[in-house]
Amino acid sequence: MKMDRKTIPIAHEKSGAFEFISTKKDELIGWARKFSLFPYPFVTACCAMEFMAVSGTPYDTDRFGAALPRFSPRQSDLLMVVGTITHKQAPILLKVWEQMCEPKWVLAFGACATSGGFYQNYAALPGIDKIIPVDVYVPGCPPRPEMVIDGIMQLQDKIARQRHPILTKDF
Amino acid sequence: MAGAHPFDRVRPALAPLARETSIAHGVLVFAIEPANLLALVRRLKDEFGFDLFLDVTAVDWLGQTPRFEVVWHFYSTQHKVRVRVKTRVAEADPTVDSLVALYGSARFMERECHEMYGIAFRGNADLRPILLYEGFVGHPLRKDYPKQHEQPLVPYRAAE
Repeated sequence: MKMDRKTIPIAHEKSGAFEFISTKKDELIGWARKFSLFPYPFVTACCAMEFMAVSGTPYDTDRFGAALPRFSPRQSDLLMVVGTITHKQAPILLKVWEQMCEPKWVLAFGACATSGGFYQNYAALPGIDKIIPVDVYVPGCPPRPEMVIDGIMQLQDKIARQRHPILTKDF
Repeated sequence: MAGAHPFDRVRPALAPLARETSIAHGVLVFAIEPANLLALVRRLKDEFGFDLFLDVTAVDWLGQTPRFEVVWHFYSTQHKVRVRVKTRVAEADPTVDSLVALYGSARFMERECHEMYGIAFRGNADLRPILLYEGFVGHPLRKDYPKQHEQPLVPYRAAE
């Protein structure tokens, strides 16, 4: 059975229609950036299991453009802090965050990264926001993959609403 | 020595070196004076085959004198039994002999016990922190260490 299909011609003549779009610069850049997050997984503890689950095929963070982990902070723009940070580990986390290029965002993955969780003692840092700014907190011990995906989507909304200076601080 | 339990030989032989011996949860326990530690452990290792040093840790009996109890565990891979050795040291001078000369693995475990409880091991040349960091003040597993006292290495950001 032959279907009568309308196709878009590949080498179409320039007719003057639909050759320009207008939008706002911040919305365009934000739209591009929110779908190309390169995460740096700073993985220290048991939340890593949930990170693997959420990265794997059934949940698939690639749908949000956030699947490709970069193991150099210089190539990444989303720092995912997955697990407990101790005071001994804190200088390393700070150095990794400082090495990331702007623009950069931080996601606190799980109760320990958010607040120290149940480690309120001499060893653990009570929340990574004591040393670096955090954009999205994902609670849970560990969080379910759905919660992580929700966190990523909230971060995408935040990026879409942000200002994105690309040439100077004013533009 | 078919049928005889390994403890039947060890306990009477080493009892003169101990203040008290007992068996708790299948582990032979020697409560000793600190001065007898090396003599006892050397015989445990050389004569009775306790070839594996499991751990050394301490107990803080806050309020008692002497305040600390140092506890060692040994295992015999031949007889498959464990021995516990414990001794009391005072807060003013919490020093015991190091077992580094007998068991190389004591080197790291004594470092941990040193930083957590402040027990000094005479003869261990390297008592740097192993789990904690340089500059940490105090001994966090002592009962009088404030539970939520923090010693951050990175200065905290100002609250937003």
